[in-house]
Amino acid sequence: MLIKEIVDVVKAEVLTNFHDENTDVKYGFASDLMSDVLAYATGEALLITGLNNPQVIRTAEMLDISVVLFVRGKRPGKEVIELAKENQLTILASDYTMFKACGLLVMNGMEGLEIND
Amino acid sequence: MTDKILKRYSYDVIANDFMSAGKSSSAIKSNLKSLGIASDIIRKIAIISYEAELNLVIHSFGGKLHCDIFENKIVIISEDTGPGIADVDLAMKEGFSTAGDSVRELGFGAGMGLPNIKKYSDQLKINTSSEGTTIVVTIYL
Repeated sequence: MLIKEIVDVVKAEVLTNFHDENTDVKYGFASDLMSDVLAYATGEALLITGLNNPQVIRTAEMLDISVVLFVRGKRPGKEVIELAKENQLTILASDYTMFKACGLLVMNGMEGLEIND
Repeated sequence: MTDKILKRYSYDVIANDFMSAGKSSSAIKSNLKSLGIASDIIRKIAIISYEAELNLVIHSFGGKLHCDIFENKIVIISEDTGPGIADVDLAMKEGFSTAGDSVRELGFGAGMGLPNIKKYSDQLKINTSSEGTTIVVTIYL
């Protein structure tokens, strides 16, 4: 799904923008547990989370995740945005709950990551 | 093949400094990038080093994180000054954690740290006592 479509579908605000709006993000991974993100997500996924501390950006950085969507109306603080800029992450924020955001994204063609252990 | 360290990157990790947690791993990651290491290897090492760094911040009295570059492998070493892991077998179990609520609020402390390190490593050695813990993680190139 293109970043501009993600923005449309979840009515997101674009907080930092380092990618072309036509960049394709095929998969989504939603969690508030960064340890699970580290265990199961990959760099090609959109990270969907309701946590908004710097560790979210660090986690994305370690995995080469390039787009993060904050849900539940969470707006990250200044230091989180600065860290995202340092790492050239595109961050979006939506007022939808995680469930609703995920549901809308799936309905519009985004796929979930498969867990391979 | 000689087992000589070609390069060592070392960082101090401070206990309970959650705002800085991840800085050392971020530096390790960019150093490996500049050495031209393959990106899938870098990702594995970044995850291992970040989990190890978080463990130092969350559980230890503070310590050091090293990244040693050899010709055929990269070794991440975490060493701290205590208090030690009470039960290593339990700590290796997914879901077991001794972390408190403040850590969980940050999205960690879910008992995935050491299991994640094991998952992405080729070799994992843990030495622990009340004097300190040393974790040596090897990833072959």
